[in-house]
Amino acid sequence: MLLSLMIFVPLLGMIVVLLLPRDSEELIKRVTLGFTLIPLILAVYLFIDYKSTPDTQYAVSVPWIDAFNINYHIGIDGLSVTLMLLTALLGPICVLASWRNIEKGIKAYMALFLLLETGMLGFFAALDLFLFFVFFELTLLPMYFLIGVWGGPRREYAAIKFFLYTLFGSVLMLVALIAVYLSSGIPGERTFDIPTLITLAGTPGHALADPTFQIWVFLGFFIGFAVKVPIFPFHTWLPDAHVEAPTAISVILAGVLLKMGTYGLVRINMAMFPEGMAFFSNGIGFWGNSLALLGFVNIVYGSFCALAQTDFKKLVAYSSIGHMGFVILGLAARNTMGVSGAILQMFNHGVISAMLFLLVGVLYDRAHHREINGFGGLAGKMPIYAGFTTLAFMASLGLPGLSGFVGEALSLLGAFDTFKVLTILSTIGIVVGAAYFLWTLQRVFLGKLNPKYEELPEINKREILTLVPLGILTIVLGIWPNFALDMFRESVDELVTLMNTFQAGL
Amino acid sequence: MGYLENIPSLAYFSPEILLVVFAAAVIILDLLIKNRESQKTAYLALVGLGCTLVAIIITNSFSDANETKNLFFGMIRLDGFAVFFKILLLLATAATILFSLRSEELDAKLKGEYYALLLAVTFGMFLMASSTNLLMIFISLETVSLTSYILAGFLTHSPRSSEAAFKYITYGAVASGTMLFGLSLIFGMVGSGDLATIGQQLPIVLANGNVTALGVLIAITFILAGIGYKIASVPFHMWSPDVYEGAPIPITAFLSVASKAAGFALFLRFFHSGFGKPEVVQSIDLGLLLAIVSALTMTIGNLAALPQQNVKRLLAYSSIAHGGYLLMGAVLLTNGDAAIVNKGIGAIIFYLIVYFFMNLGAFYVVVLMANEAGTEMIEGYRGLSSRAPLVAGAMAIFLFSLTGIPFLAGFFGKWVLFTAVLEGKLYWLAFVGLINSVISLYYYARIAKAMYFEAAEDTDRLSFSKGTFALLSVFVVPTIFIGLLNIFYSLSENIKLQ
Repeated sequence: MLLSLMIFVPLLGMIVVLLLPRDSEELIKRVTLGFTLIPLILAVYLFIDYKSTPDTQYAVSVPWIDAFNINYHIGIDGLSVTLMLLTALLGPICVLASWRNIEKGIKAYMALFLLLETGMLGFFAALDLFLFFVFFELTLLPMYFLIGVWGGPRREYAAIKFFLYTLFGSVLMLVALIAVYLSSGIPGERTFDIPTLITLAGTPGHALADPTFQIWVFLGFFIGFAVKVPIFPFHTWLPDAHVEAPTAISVILAGVLLKMGTYGLVRINMAMFPEGMAFFSNGIGFWGNSLALLGFVNIVYGSFCALAQTDFKKLVAYSSIGHMGFVILGLAARNTMGVSGAILQMFNHGVISAMLFLLVGVLYDRAHHREINGFGGLAGKMPIYAGFTTLAFMASLGLPGLSGFVGEALSLLGAFDTFKVLTILSTIGIVVGAAYFLWTLQRVFLGKLNPKYEELPEINKREILTLVPLGILTIVLGIWPNFALDMFRESVDELVTLMNTFQAGL
Repeated sequence: MGYLENIPSLAYFSPEILLVVFAAAVIILDLLIKNRESQKTAYLALVGLGCTLVAIIITNSFSDANETKNLFFGMIRLDGFAVFFKILLLLATAATILFSLRSEELDAKLKGEYYALLLAVTFGMFLMASSTNLLMIFISLETVSLTSYILAGFLTHSPRSSEAAFKYITYGAVASGTMLFGLSLIFGMVGSGDLATIGQQLPIVLANGNVTALGVLIAITFILAGIGYKIASVPFHMWSPDVYEGAPIPITAFLSVASKAAGFALFLRFFHSGFGKPEVVQSIDLGLLLAIVSALTMTIGNLAALPQQNVKRLLAYSSIAHGGYLLMGAVLLTNGDAAIVNKGIGAIIFYLIVYFFMNLGAFYVVVLMANEAGTEMIEGYRGLSSRAPLVAGAMAIFLFSLTGIPFLAGFFGKWVLFTAVLEGKLYWLAFVGLINSVISLYYYARIAKAMYFEAAEDTDRLSFSKGTFALLSVFVVPTIFIGLLNIFYSLSENIKLQ
């Protein structure tokens, strides 16, 4: 009940916002903020109340579409509660970040944003494969309009590209989804229930446990999620979408939507198709290294691309691709350390990239451009802003003591067991990451102040308010990572045990 | 299987009789009323449809829902399948009349005949959904065709409309002729026009070598020309973009929904009762032929829709593509497993319900835009989100539902279809269908883009009456909720053909 409330409160908020008169902009913003604060309060409560056991908690299961045995089945484990907290936290932050810089149609904007939040929260809680898919897709339409209507100059192109790429991934996922459903039993006994499917897929002799079948459906789901993460070569929509999207939408995109891809990989690909997962990551031959290879390519390719950017936002976008590579590498390790590291990295990247996009937005709102070389010496003009940016940069480049380090280190350590060469090569990404962040820091904040920006105002209170919670999380998780690791330790242990019984004996 | 003689049949035939009576009444009323601008004929036609609906329900409740009645010595069958299609077709006609009431294209002087013809075409479609004899099938098809030709050319002042009617009649004549030839071949093979008899005799004559499988295949292919023409499947689709573009918009909407539904009703019944026996299906490889036609229909429909600038024409191609999706379900008729055949029929029925709401809704917006903004082109939709937010919102819902984006009905329609197709192990076909869904997003989103992302040249707000919004919501609400409710799934599952 609590969980359903949390998911559908934003939807209720959307209806309320739609009923408000379009001229009362302040009221609309406040109402939206209120409706995003409720899930945050609930998420904090869930996070505290959550007991670290491998069992699902707060589970609700209500029949929905009988013809296909589809249930409204939701529940949380350590992994989903962490990501729901992240989503719920970014909700009000994004509303605050949109307070001044959305110039037209604030009502529609806020309504779509609330719909988006329902989609994201529902996705992380869904335990029915069909429901999972519907929530996954529910984020598409709001995102398309949010980028397309409120975005930058090339917004139409970016919006349709995002939509087409994601839909392409989704239809492959849909085929795999139907295949899983049809193989789950004889007519009448088929199911979409994720826990049941996981059990069936682990039962020797069952159609779902067939290795060849697992590999094919693994691929179907994988491509669907890979577009979302995004994993090279399905990533090209991301820089466009980020550059054109308004600040708050970039924050959501990097902070939550990308995590939907990796969360799907853990929840579906690893847990439901352990045999397929083993085939692509057991370290034997080309296919056995392919998943780790993709992680490696993401890290190195993303980092080098970021190094070449002169647009601040594009730089952050490419750095996202690089950092998501660590998640893939950690997951490919299939051991406790790697998987915990990958999940922690999901959360950390959500926090850090949200900060980075907020900071880019702050600068853009003042200077109306994002050309890194067009600035210089801003540290003297905007010391607080410079401080926050430095914190975010250091966290993102993996400075020990800040959160980014822990996730990346664990992922690399975990992956080193199986993929020695790839892991060593992946560390190039960290070096390049340090290079582009420090170089950017130098170009924007140090040196001579560009005379155009003599009058640039310092970061204001509202903007600081959006950054402070994220900054605190970065520091806390850097010093005390167990705060988050404890949440999903049991879930990860169970998953790893399950996966270790499969080694792709093809 | 027994059948009823002529006189006892009449009671069960009352819906059709009522339609004819009201068609005649509309013509007489048209002669009597002085004021040429009067809309009385339209309301009389609506009353007629209402009475027919009541008659359908009453005649159906005479007997147990699962019991079928063979009327007029087995010429016509009354079963759950026919009742479902009659109600769907009747609702489509009612919607068309409501659209026409507000349409400003039509010549007020001719409206009396127009509504009478709409009732007549509905009568023909009722027969299409229930005929079980080759002769009756042909007559019903011709009734629908001939009236449709006139309706398509109803804008007498518009050369485009006349061209449409002329194209329609030329293609139609060829298709009917080809079909008639096929029907005569079948009649020659089994010596009967009754579908049930054909169904029983065909395996026997095939087995004893009197008839070759190739002969049957050729006959069916000829017959498919006639049916394919009605549902606008490749390669018999060429008429439809021009006709859809030239015809009055309400008629375009009617043809794209009702004509297609009636075509599928005829197709399903004809194929299922006449050629559905596993022995027949196995000896003639019709499944592959149908699957190829289905794949080509959706692909060509979608690709041709991509560059269109005229919304009406775009929706014409889109409806060709949707015919292709529906044909995927029809391919399942060639599956030997009765459970899968029923799944295919159920999926088509479910999809038709969904398609009814989303496609008619989209066409209604086209009608409104043609009246209020005076344009059928995509440019004319620019900035609609600020000129008429509710209409733009409704159109966006219809378009994304047509694409098949989740939680909208179109997604659930496709979901049911694709699940059935994958269960029938037609993997490549499902794959083609899904890729087509992605392609279709591009052109549907172009309209959404114009409405939401582009600024209007003309920024006046458009005003619509309350009735308009009421009618619009009749289409919007089901487009959002059909897939989320259980009732429509069980409805479509329970309608079976015997």
